[in-house]
Amino acid sequence: MRIHVDAEKCQGHNRCYALAPELFDVDDFGNAVVIGDGNVSPDLVERAKLAVANCPEFAITLSE
Amino acid sequence: MTVYEPPVSIYGPVTDWATDFDHADPAYNRNAHAIWSELREACPVAHSDRYGGTWLPVTHETVREIAYDTENFTSRAVVVSTVVPDDPAPIGGAPPITSDPPFHHDARRLLLPPFSPKKIAEWEGEVRILCHSLLDAMEAKIAAGEPVDAALDYAQHIPVNVISRMLGFPLEDDDIFRGFVHDILESINGEPEERIRSFERIDAYLLAQIEDHRANPRDDLTSYLMDVEMYGEKLPDNMVGGVILLLLVAGIDTTWSAIGSSIWHLATHDEDRRRLVADPSLMTTAIEEFLRAYAPVTMARLVAKDHDFHGCPMKKDEWVLLPFPAANLDPAEFADADKVLIDRQENRHAAFGLGIHRCLGSNLARLELRVAVEEFIARFPEFVLDGTVDDVVWSVGQIRGPRELPIRVIRS
Repeated sequence: MRIHVDAEKCQGHNRCYALAPELFDVDDFGNAVVIGDGNVSPDLVERAKLAVANCPEFAITLSE
Repeated sequence: MTVYEPPVSIYGPVTDWATDFDHADPAYNRNAHAIWSELREACPVAHSDRYGGTWLPVTHETVREIAYDTENFTSRAVVVSTVVPDDPAPIGGAPPITSDPPFHHDARRLLLPPFSPKKIAEWEGEVRILCHSLLDAMEAKIAAGEPVDAALDYAQHIPVNVISRMLGFPLEDDDIFRGFVHDILESINGEPEERIRSFERIDAYLLAQIEDHRANPRDDLTSYLMDVEMYGEKLPDNMVGGVILLLLVAGIDTTWSAIGSSIWHLATHDEDRRRLVADPSLMTTAIEEFLRAYAPVTMARLVAKDHDFHGCPMKKDEWVLLPFPAANLDPAEFADADKVLIDRQENRHAAFGLGIHRCLGSNLARLELRVAVEEFIARFPEFVLDGTVDDVVWSVGQIRGPRELPIRVIRS
């Protein structure tokens, strides 16, 4: 599965970075960036789903 | 020991919450959850003639829609009151919170780096030391048989100390800063002339601080703002003052309220407090749930142009309150919205706003709130309200939180 952050929607709430630091980093302005190519290993899928479900701006998507 | 005197309203008491609401009526914040619930059933957007006309959306859908709509709603003024500031858009009097696009984006980028999560994390040790010293003082009062108050002795001191140090302002001026916050955010329905005079007092204080920093530059946010460039030029003093005003006002009673509300919950819910003491791994979800259920901040907009909003005929220059706390309690968006679940896993709450004006200080607020709650329950695992819920004094206006929170610490 792949995780994606919509940079237009992200406002820097940093929920994803707090919940899944293995998958997300933040830049100097506090906006979220996906670590690496966005591939989510099976053991991190639950974390990725949590990040999706806790983003106030609906900026994160998880796809096959 | 009352710190709060309700302002003398020019409007009088509220007669009907659906058609004559006033968020500065002391009954509003005290009963906010019930009022929002009733309004949500009756109409998604209430209206009051007070303040020259004010709208109050209470559903997550309508609050979100307005937060994202910078065409029909301007942030030129964000505190509903008897005085509409004449600072023009898109800059406003306290940028970037009072700014509209495109200026907003560029002004906000100046401030984002010092408030990024990695920069803010560096403050954790200092916040913890501050909490320890406040708790030591509370212990001394308890030992002397004196009453203690979690708002007056603890919550109110934490954010003002941190933001004063960030700005490089005198720590002993904390009473003055809380006075400014009270004047701006609570004294909103008094005589307009008095409000204008209070703004003048604040401007004079801030300009004196800017002059002091000009004479003695130092490594703090004030000197940073005086040095940073926008469009190739340094910021004029009035913009530096406006930004500082925002940081000072937004950084103080918001987090103070969140800390107080969280402690209020733990004082009135033994099971949650004991569970959190026994299992600190719940702290992350508990803090987010406190932020959802007791979000302190309602923002505001001015209607930018006449338009129809969900059947409401909104007129230019009317106020619109944006109660993110009400959005957070909307059952259409949250399962068990009216229950506080400290292990809630999915929590898309909007305590820090939605859209381009997301609270700039959210990382600092979260840090202060988490450390304050962690240290409080570590020191006082067992405590209850001293008296009844009626002995708790709530703020008035757009920031909701306990201003007096008498507690009794129980020793085994």
